[in-house]
Amino acid sequence: MLIKSTIDSLITSWKGLTLTFKHTFAFKKRKVIPIKAENYFERQNGTATIEYPEQQLPIPEVGRYQLDVEMDDCIVCDLCAKICPVDCIDIESIKATEAIGQTSDGTTKRLYAAKFDIDMAKCMYCGLCTVVCPTECIVMTNQYDKTVFELSDLVYEFSDMTREGADEKRALLEKQNAEKQAAKLAAMQKKND
Amino acid sequence: MVIYLIYIGVAIGLFAFAAVFALFAVYYERKLSAFIQDRIGPNETGKYGTLQTIADIVKLIQKEMINPTAVDKWLYALAPAVIFIAVYMGFAAMPWAPGLVPSKTNIGLYYIFAIISIETLGILMAGWGSNNKYSILGAMRSAAQIISYEIPAGFALISAVLICGSLDLQEISMQQGVLVKEQVKFLGIWDVTGMGGILSWNIFRAPHLIIAFVIYFIASLAESNRAPFDIPEAESELVAGFHTEYTGMRFGLVFLAEYSMMFLVSMIGVILFLGAWNTPLPNIGSIHLADWTTGTAWGIFWIFVKTLLLVTVQIWIRWTLPRLRVDQLMDLCWKVLTPLAFICMVVSAIWRVWVMN
Repeated sequence: MLIKSTIDSLITSWKGLTLTFKHTFAFKKRKVIPIKAENYFERQNGTATIEYPEQQLPIPEVGRYQLDVEMDDCIVCDLCAKICPVDCIDIESIKATEAIGQTSDGTTKRLYAAKFDIDMAKCMYCGLCTVVCPTECIVMTNQYDKTVFELSDLVYEFSDMTREGADEKRALLEKQNAEKQAAKLAAMQKKND
Repeated sequence: MVIYLIYIGVAIGLFAFAAVFALFAVYYERKLSAFIQDRIGPNETGKYGTLQTIADIVKLIQKEMINPTAVDKWLYALAPAVIFIAVYMGFAAMPWAPGLVPSKTNIGLYYIFAIISIETLGILMAGWGSNNKYSILGAMRSAAQIISYEIPAGFALISAVLICGSLDLQEISMQQGVLVKEQVKFLGIWDVTGMGGILSWNIFRAPHLIIAFVIYFIASLAESNRAPFDIPEAESELVAGFHTEYTGMRFGLVFLAEYSMMFLVSMIGVILFLGAWNTPLPNIGSIHLADWTTGTAWGIFWIFVKTLLLVTVQIWIRWTLPRLRVDQLMDLCWKVLTPLAFICMVVSAIWRVWVMN
């Protein structure tokens, strides 16, 4: 019994040792092949390491990594910010005094985006915002490598308005609102008279 | 006066050797383990990552030495020194080449065996002094393991000593090569006196010494706390065992001791079983390969290469076999290795009396 187990353990140890010995000398730099390749899972020999900055795994063009917003197509409807489970999208809109233009799919834009920030540090890449977007302006891209030195750099600002521009639009809106208010008051007064 | 300077010089030289060896052994181990696991290992610092361990040691030296509040100050501070010095002093009696030995003592093996055991004391000091449950568990395991495994290791060494009839490591080395003065027989039948080479190594002088060598090698793994016997610092259960609380150069010393210990135990194995500094090439007729490859430089070369081979096997085993449980460890020691080593010793005695005379 003891002799048998001793011999067994020696034999199994030796088996393991020969296995690792074979791997030691099977050094082959990894060739990076996409997961679509037919023999992707048959690759058993050679190193498993991908030397990252020099070698990169090919990723599909339609990868779902970081968010990107096409501001020209955005109607600032705020749906993405509302659906976001982690509240990483922060939008501040200003009503325009008139229709500002049209998106590429023909929707009329009536709101300015004074602020359109996405906090990538909070984002959990669920992709819900891309689903609800009526104009499909918020999309996930194939960019995944973003390293920053300041945490605040992870807040992506997509709004193309300057502060002055936003203030100007706000002032315009206020003026229009005031005019409307005045017109309303005048109308009510007329009615009362 | 000069003789003291020589002593100091030798001591510094041995220390430098231990340090440099540890540095490159760490690199070697990391590379080898990487290849075994189909990885690349360090490859950014210097060409092929050769400067990695130097960068590591520079980092260790710069690091703050943290003294936890609850530690026993003296034990905690002294333990790494005791651990390292115990191993380092073992190098004093190691023969490197014919006539080249830092300290030629006639009880060299006995001395080494005694001084290596002091390491257990250092480990216990570290574990107890750290005042940390992981540390004390690791230290207790280490002490139990080292004390247990010293028995089969001791018996295995004694079986070689019985064949050689000496505790003097230089004398034991001498007997396993061309420089031998008495008669040496291959497997006890074929007279190979003057032929030397691999034929006159201890493991071939008496075949049961191959078993003794394997026993010693397994026990030496346990004594240097190497996998698969690394339960004293089992990373997955005890954080880092007895050196959990150590930082900076104190941790560096413990690390240095571990790698020096690997070299030391391998070197003892080489000296007692694998022909010490003797060449593996025998004299064949008029081709005096053994004579040509014997000398001071050759001696250092051969013993270094052989020891390095054994160290490689240690690393290879570490990255292949999983860790043993405590009870399996004790089972292996007391139920398998100790009886086998004892039988080897008895066979040695019989061999000495009946075959060698």
